[in-house]
Amino acid sequence: MELYKLTAHELLEKIKKKEITSEQIVSDLTKRIEGIEAKVKAYVRVPSSTLLAPGAQANGIPVSIKDNICTDGYNTECCSKILQGFNPPYNASVINKIIASGNSFLGLKCNMDEFAFGSSTENSCFGPTHNPWDLECVPGGSSGGSAAAVASDEALWALGSDTGGSIRQPASFCGVVGLKPTYGRVSRFGLIAFASSLDQIGPLTKDVEDAALLMKIISGYDPQDSTSINAPVPDYTKALVNDVKGIKIGIPKEYFVQGLDPEVKEIIEEAINKLKALGAQFQEVSLPHSEYAVAVYYIIATAEASSNLARFDGVQYGLRAKTEGLMDMYKKTRAQGFGDEAKRRILLGTFALAHGYYDAYYLRALKVRTLIKQDFDHVFKDFDCIITPTSPTPAFKIGEKVDDPLKMYLSDIYTISVNLAGIPAISVPCGLTKKGLPVGLQILSKHLNEEMLLRLAHTYEQNTEWHKMKPKL
Amino acid sequence: MKYEAVIGLEVHLHLNTKTKAFCGCSTEFGQQPNSQVCPVCLGFPGSLPVYNQAALDYAIKVALALNCQVQEYTKFDRKNYFYPDLPKNYQVSQYDLPLSLHGFLDIELGGKLKRIGITRVHMEEDAGKLIHQDGCSLVDFNRTGIPLLEIVSEPDISSPEEAYEYLSTLKSTVQYLEVSDCDMEKGSLRCDANISLRPSGAKTLGVKTELKNMNSFKGVKDALSYEIRRQSAILDSGERLVQDTRLWDARAQETIAMRTKEGAKDYRYFPEPDLPPFIIKEDKIAELKKTIPELPKEKMQRFIKDYGLTEYVAKILVASKQDAFFAEECLKKTADQNRKSLANWIIGPVSALTSSTCAIHELNIPAENLVELVDLVENEKIISNLTGKVVLEEMRKTGKTAKSIVKEKNLAQISDSGSLQSVIEEVMRENAKSVADFKAGKANALMFLVGQVMRKSSGKANPKIVQELMRERLESA
Repeated sequence: MELYKLTAHELLEKIKKKEITSEQIVSDLTKRIEGIEAKVKAYVRVPSSTLLAPGAQANGIPVSIKDNICTDGYNTECCSKILQGFNPPYNASVINKIIASGNSFLGLKCNMDEFAFGSSTENSCFGPTHNPWDLECVPGGSSGGSAAAVASDEALWALGSDTGGSIRQPASFCGVVGLKPTYGRVSRFGLIAFASSLDQIGPLTKDVEDAALLMKIISGYDPQDSTSINAPVPDYTKALVNDVKGIKIGIPKEYFVQGLDPEVKEIIEEAINKLKALGAQFQEVSLPHSEYAVAVYYIIATAEASSNLARFDGVQYGLRAKTEGLMDMYKKTRAQGFGDEAKRRILLGTFALAHGYYDAYYLRALKVRTLIKQDFDHVFKDFDCIITPTSPTPAFKIGEKVDDPLKMYLSDIYTISVNLAGIPAISVPCGLTKKGLPVGLQILSKHLNEEMLLRLAHTYEQNTEWHKMKPKL
Repeated sequence: MKYEAVIGLEVHLHLNTKTKAFCGCSTEFGQQPNSQVCPVCLGFPGSLPVYNQAALDYAIKVALALNCQVQEYTKFDRKNYFYPDLPKNYQVSQYDLPLSLHGFLDIELGGKLKRIGITRVHMEEDAGKLIHQDGCSLVDFNRTGIPLLEIVSEPDISSPEEAYEYLSTLKSTVQYLEVSDCDMEKGSLRCDANISLRPSGAKTLGVKTELKNMNSFKGVKDALSYEIRRQSAILDSGERLVQDTRLWDARAQETIAMRTKEGAKDYRYFPEPDLPPFIIKEDKIAELKKTIPELPKEKMQRFIKDYGLTEYVAKILVASKQDAFFAEECLKKTADQNRKSLANWIIGPVSALTSSTCAIHELNIPAENLVELVDLVENEKIISNLTGKVVLEEMRKTGKTAKSIVKEKNLAQISDSGSLQSVIEEVMRENAKSVADFKAGKANALMFLVGQVMRKSSGKANPKIVQELMRERLESA
């Protein structure tokens, strides 16, 4: 059997009908991983033996987990040398929810950019992941391992984290569904923080229905996370209605300007036409502060990161450089443990918070963040959704942007504002370029309106074939 | 030249909540190192803080008791610096929007009232404890994350004595709220001081020194006194002071300059993104205000008014809440004319029986028993002051009443002149020489003879009556 080809909801249906067992799923999945992992490198520490180890918990459908989500008993290293050997004595709240739902994770940990710093998964101490659609291309990032695993059928579904586009952009590059929930919808407890006010865990799946299912499992108030929202979790699968008639969608003019790849633009326009044909109403809108989003993001995110990463000092866990004296230990441990991009962001963030610069950078960035949020509030008074490309380009070549951080940062130009505003967004596959690389359509909605995203994405999916296309491996 | 000191104090106070500020770990003092820790207070990756509601309530109570304005909108900030006792390498504290502002504390010194301004009271978390031994350093994280209040005074304090008084008043006020042990030895109260000198009457401020490492209120006073002498000497010699941080060495009784790193410290404060800001509503403040008991200052004033005590005595009686409660119980049960004596008994002999681990109210002497004892001594004159102290100790040991002890041990004074007369005759017979001396004009001889009577009566004779009777007898002989 080739059960790994199926979606999670199809598999759950078969388990329910007693056509298959979860052991068969795990066995098939293991074979798939063993077969193609060497090409894709979606995972870190491939637990092929663990997977089928006697007594391994194998209920429901295993979920593959980004390496920055704490898993009790399994190393969680954020793909950084500095966390080498860190085996957390606790599960992230999302992991407990997955286990409580009857599913499992089996120690499948996905590759990522170190500490989620990046848009290509090249900044991993384990080396890059390859895009299943073109092995010479990046899978996007930072949840590139999760996206590539789902796209190549090495994962049935996966969790990623999204600080500025880290779920949606790789979902777009790999032709899968990726959802960034409303800030606070999913508990961050156990997610190793990059930028605490922006981070959210979310699903990467083969179709929209799986995203709804996984959202239902991981969402909800967590008393361990002071920033989690205390609101009931709707049954997201009920939002999967094949109907968009009368839904009002805004197209932000600021997103369709220079820098947008013409081929991507064309594909997005086709998708918009498709939705129009299905009865959705489109109108151009303005998000006037969009041009500041990248700048604001790189101040706030790096400032928070510089503080969040201060704890990696060699005292309690992870790498400790062999040294004499305290200062020496701090310096050498951090010099040896962090990669270049991590160092770059710590320096940027430290600078932005420094005395004498705080007002000009951090405080100003917070004010502009409020303006960006207000832009969205304004549009969502009259519109149900906003549609944009997920990324200005399809997947680029491995090594292409490694030496040009600014170019790399612009890869997230369409996804960053969503995190700054705290609103939810989804990326769904909407086409392939001539070279056969996937393109993603991004849908945004207001706070806690994931149901609208799912409804629109599901309707689009039901009326197109893109989600059924698989890379040839 | 004559200088005046300008002093401001920064007090850190542990709140005695059952659990830490941001996790469920116990705050109990004196446990095995690193036995009260969890991923949150150890700052493990992925862990998140959740603020303890009790700590917030306690903090608001302290702010209110110190007459501060509790802010409606307040938030936590991160104070970033690397130190091994700080597992996250940042401390969760408050920066530009603290819990409360603009308070004051009235202190009383030499009968004069002085108002010391309080700049702010804010919430933060404590760090761990470093233990240096055998050439290595160990960290105990039990203290990490214990809720802490920082209470910053205005530079309104003008002498080491005032500083001492401020700390004592602050301690007793906080203890009345029962939100902190305020024990400097256990580190649940810590105090740093800022001090500068300026020519008397000058308006501008001098160069300030920050003093650290004082382990008692007396240490704070001594360090400030030392610093006044040190700074005066430097200023007198015409040299300039440098702004620095100095450590108090209690053994050597001097302050030593701390090695300081080059450049100003930059803590890179920014809003703590893991904790949303608080909105403290009026009704919550009103509700907490209701739970604030009568504070020492008011209690003292009431004691003076209701029980006719002097300010000196009343102040000592109200220093501790439980002891004040005990004292008041006694005062209520005592006849008006005995109240002053009773108060003196409490601050004198009763207080002498206490120790650092056993306060007055813990002596196990019921109020009515103490009232009875004082009555036996002061009113009925059944026993002497000295015997009274012996009885008091016995009361403490056995829990018996004063009357039953006096009866059991046959301690009642003999005041009956009939029974005393025969003893006097006996003493005069046996000490003819002293009798002759008295007659020859040696007044001392009287005291000797009285002493002999006391001895024969095993101390039970009422000395005043013996003296009167003896004098009468000698003069008539």
